[in-house]
Amino acid sequence: MVIDTRICRQHPECNKCIEACDHEHNVPHIPDKKHEIKWIWKEEFENAFPDTAQEYSIEHLKGTEFLVLCNHCENPPCVRVCPTQATFKRPDGIVMMDMHRCIGCRFCMAACPFGARNFNWINPRAYIKDPNPEYPTRMRGVVEKCIFCNERIDQGKLPVCAEACPYGAIVVGDLADPNSKINQILRENFTIRRKTHLGTGPSVFYIV
Amino acid sequence: MLEKALVGSKKYYLWLGFLGVLILVGFCCYIKQFFFGLGITGMSRSVSWGFYVAQFTYLVGIAASAVMVVLPYYLHNYKEFGKMTILGEFLAIAAVTMCILFILVDLGQVHRVMNVLLHPTPHSVMFYDMIVLSGYLMINIICGWSALHAEYKGSKPPAWVKPFVYLSIPWAFSIHTVTAFLYSGMPGRDFWLTAIMAPRFLASAFCAGPSLLLLLTFILKGFTRFDPGDKAIKTLAKIITYAFLANIFFFLCEVFTALYSHIPAHRYPLEYLFVGLHGHGKLVPWIWTSWICAAVAVVLLVPPKTRNNFGTLAVACILVILSTWIDKGMGLIVGGFVPDPLDHVMEYMPTLPEIGITIGVYAIGFLILSLLYKIAITVKEQRGLI
Repeated sequence: MVIDTRICRQHPECNKCIEACDHEHNVPHIPDKKHEIKWIWKEEFENAFPDTAQEYSIEHLKGTEFLVLCNHCENPPCVRVCPTQATFKRPDGIVMMDMHRCIGCRFCMAACPFGARNFNWINPRAYIKDPNPEYPTRMRGVVEKCIFCNERIDQGKLPVCAEACPYGAIVVGDLADPNSKINQILRENFTIRRKTHLGTGPSVFYIV
Repeated sequence: MLEKALVGSKKYYLWLGFLGVLILVGFCCYIKQFFFGLGITGMSRSVSWGFYVAQFTYLVGIAASAVMVVLPYYLHNYKEFGKMTILGEFLAIAAVTMCILFILVDLGQVHRVMNVLLHPTPHSVMFYDMIVLSGYLMINIICGWSALHAEYKGSKPPAWVKPFVYLSIPWAFSIHTVTAFLYSGMPGRDFWLTAIMAPRFLASAFCAGPSLLLLLTFILKGFTRFDPGDKAIKTLAKIITYAFLANIFFFLCEVFTALYSHIPAHRYPLEYLFVGLHGHGKLVPWIWTSWICAAVAVVLLVPPKTRNNFGTLAVACILVILSTWIDKGMGLIVGGFVPDPLDHVMEYMPTLPEIGITIGVYAIGFLILSLLYKIAITVKEQRGLI
């Protein structure tokens, strides 16, 4: 996935991708920050890239918000530590969650260096305003996160965030295919990824 | 032999009753947590492990420390520890049981715990932790019980137990090493990402565990005829002293690396613990308490005069336990989560139900310990061994 943050910066009020994802996957809106569930959300540049940001950052980056989500790493530490394989890597690279197998030990949350994982501290169903009957809701006591819309990918559709973006800021494609559009974008643009020094191999790229 | 646990003095029944009440309180809190979810605790999206995992980590150390009496006795034929080994092994049984309970109360979906066995995952450290902990429990039940049974019968323990006794020694090191590996292998958790995590765990275990064992010995000395002998106590006090100094040394090594390298990610958790970070400092009083206790304990433990005085030694043991309990529990676990991967600081404090459940689990552990020690002491008394 490539996120063109230049486009996002032109529309700072736009939350279309987040809203679409939250609705599609029945992501609850819990007001208590401690119990929040977030699949795709906005963080300030300094928080999304704590090791890249610095006090001399160019003016237009300071305090601007970046979309963050699960990076679907090439070497996901969350998959490595999960004692039940409730989180696993699909052959196509998506880091998946089996919420029926998850025992709720939260080892994956400790292992994820991107803070992409959420635990259902309380019953989330009470905080879903307009449930989408097409996608299951979760119960308390399991971990969840962005699953790269595997349910849509399998039907040949794009992830809902990419589809919902009216400005085409989110591009999704096959990194393994050298002729894919995403590889072309990556060849033509300078991109950054979050915390690459940790060797997890994030699959979400940002054009700054 | 089990019947020995059922007959005792009025004080003994009162003590068991008191533990029973605590267990009941803990159980009520747990029922509440079970139906409401772990949101009842102080844990959050940022600090996703808390008091339970802290107790688990601490108690694995207590369990492993039995080796500090078993090893000199069996490998070096240090006879003075003869009466202590059984206490060490039984303490290990109670401690591992508490460890397992603390993991269970920390799970979001506890009834799915068997998934760990149904889908064994050799690339997860948790998988090995389960193996070494359950194995250690079995080994200590076998060794402790057969040794006591032999005393009861007035015979020697059967020969087949010997290999288990020897196995228990490396196994004790393994349980705390694997537990350290739970933490020290995760990218992005810089407070835990240190090669001396396992040595640190072992050092703190080998001072905290024997300290608890000594305190229990003093209590038994006060209430029963049991006396392991002054020499055994003094030797154990030396072990505690060396292990505690090693523990402090290891920690100072961590402090040097973090502060001198000046790498922010390594500095931040220490800053959070000792002076507070971005205006958040709920753990600052805790960690200073821990280190003040440590300083006083060192002053009491190092000079032979105060170390060999059982009054000051008991105080030192309490201080060692308190210091390591805070440092390895709240300090290490919560400190590792601050700041979170997105550089936010979210603070953690255990809630009342969380503390209630924790006390309940400790009460179960002490109930097991009381019953086992009661059996051991009664058998020894009747055999004229004490």
